[in-house]
Amino acid sequence: MNLSLIEEQLLSVSAEPLLQVRDLTLLYGLEKGCQGVSFDLYPGEVLGIVGESGSGKSTLLSLLSGRLPPQRGSIGYRGKDGEWLDLYSASEAERRTLLRTEWGFVEQNPRDGLRMGVSAGANIGERLMAQGIRNYQQLRSAGLDWLSQVEIDPLRIDDLPRTFSGGMQQRLQIARNLVSSPRLVFMDEPTGGLDVSVQARLLDLLRGLVRELDLAVVIVTHDLAVARLLADRLMVMRRSHVVETGLTDQILDDPQHPYSQLLVSSVLQP
Amino acid sequence: MNDLTQAPVRDPAYNFAYLDEQTKRMIRRALLKAVAIPGYQVPFGGREMPLPYGWGTGGMQLTAAILGADDVLKVIDQGADDTTNAVSIRRFFARTAGVATTESTPEATLIQTRHRIPETPLQADQIMVYQVPNPEPLRFIEPSETETRTMHALNDYGVMHVKLYEDIATFGHIATSYAYPVMVDERYVMDPSPIPKFDNPKLDMSPALMLFGAGREKRLYAVPPFTRVTSLDFEDHPFEVQKWQECCAICGSHDSFLDELIIDDTGTQRFVCSDTWYCAQRVEQQESNQ
Repeated sequence: MNLSLIEEQLLSVSAEPLLQVRDLTLLYGLEKGCQGVSFDLYPGEVLGIVGESGSGKSTLLSLLSGRLPPQRGSIGYRGKDGEWLDLYSASEAERRTLLRTEWGFVEQNPRDGLRMGVSAGANIGERLMAQGIRNYQQLRSAGLDWLSQVEIDPLRIDDLPRTFSGGMQQRLQIARNLVSSPRLVFMDEPTGGLDVSVQARLLDLLRGLVRELDLAVVIVTHDLAVARLLADRLMVMRRSHVVETGLTDQILDDPQHPYSQLLVSSVLQP
Repeated sequence: MNDLTQAPVRDPAYNFAYLDEQTKRMIRRALLKAVAIPGYQVPFGGREMPLPYGWGTGGMQLTAAILGADDVLKVIDQGADDTTNAVSIRRFFARTAGVATTESTPEATLIQTRHRIPETPLQADQIMVYQVPNPEPLRFIEPSETETRTMHALNDYGVMHVKLYEDIATFGHIATSYAYPVMVDERYVMDPSPIPKFDNPKLDMSPALMLFGAGREKRLYAVPPFTRVTSLDFEDHPFEVQKWQECCAICGSHDSFLDELIIDDTGTQRFVCSDTWYCAQRVEQQESNQ
């Protein structure tokens, strides 16, 4: 009896979405960009966006993360306090605060997401400093803690990111985003440009962190293997439209749309 | 010390204080805006001055714009009244504006400076004009002007502490010793320009008006009298000014900013006051006491 009550409460908490996207549209030309995208994202859920190059994945991600105003449609975000915020009618200050506190963005190229001129520790501490933490020891220990969480030797805390390997840079970028304990993280091909063994380790790490921190993630990828490992739900995009959505296993095992079928069948089988 | 408060003759070939009246008016308008928004960088139409950028063109334009016929001008460079730049800028305004010049800090109504704020406390009717090489405190980390302006507008100053963090991580203490960033009136982060951090506390609640001009960057900003100016720091690494073990070799002062001089090939050091007028006046006082 008690148990079912708790379960019910848990359900009602996670039953309210974190992100509500309705009819999101930005077109650069006919079927260039993305149009008519609607979905709900729930706390702790990983949504994968797959599709070929030029299908509008990255445009969609830019729209979602508040970097590019849409031509039509709305994005609602439910903040920590439970209040709904309409992303593009909010002020730029509010959007920025959101982006550096409750949200994170992992760029495909770590050089875009990191400050290459300052040490790894400063990179990790930047969000905390932006939130007003003015205690050096606290920043330092957060840096050391996060370096070991993303499997980088804490002794390298004072090294510049440019002395790190590609995989380490990507992990550092992830640490830099997760240090403020965000609720929602956007990732743009986080494993692109890494060799296969490093990719596998990074994915393993990401999967662990996502489950551990109960993160909601929107991940853009063209690699179905990445999608299969990380995503709970998939959206298949083609020529600016979402052609199919569903549970990852469902789409990968039983694709309905001809394009999804083509995409799944073109994965190399070892 | 020989030209104390003597009015030279103005060269009638020049307009008063070199710049034309329209330009001076434009700069004054920008200055009014800067005073109204303490610490905010106001763009202005910087003019060519008859000396290269980096030699104090920004400061000179501000001085020219606010100089009146009855002003008494003091110019210092590295704290000294007798270095090349100080002498030539002082002579420039003596010739083009015919204003009285002085080396005495309390006698001056307008003090143009690079690097230092005089040791002698400033008074309410004085104006300091700073020559600024780089007005943007965020530039070291953010190369984009659009982005830095947005950061100022949105009070997004987290990155300022990144620099201080790097200092502590590398050197164990905040090693930034000049152009130490300050928060003006709890709103705008400002680069106090190349003054040593030793002088930062003098900006706070100063009775004098502080004007900053950057000629190459064409920006000016201001700290009005009695404005709170706080230096950025960490809780566990608070802001500190430089201290010296030695005292001035000439006047014996141990609370002024000292320059280190190497006086022979074996590396013998001497420390002397960087503020030459302060030092000379102390020596004079000591002599008259004896």
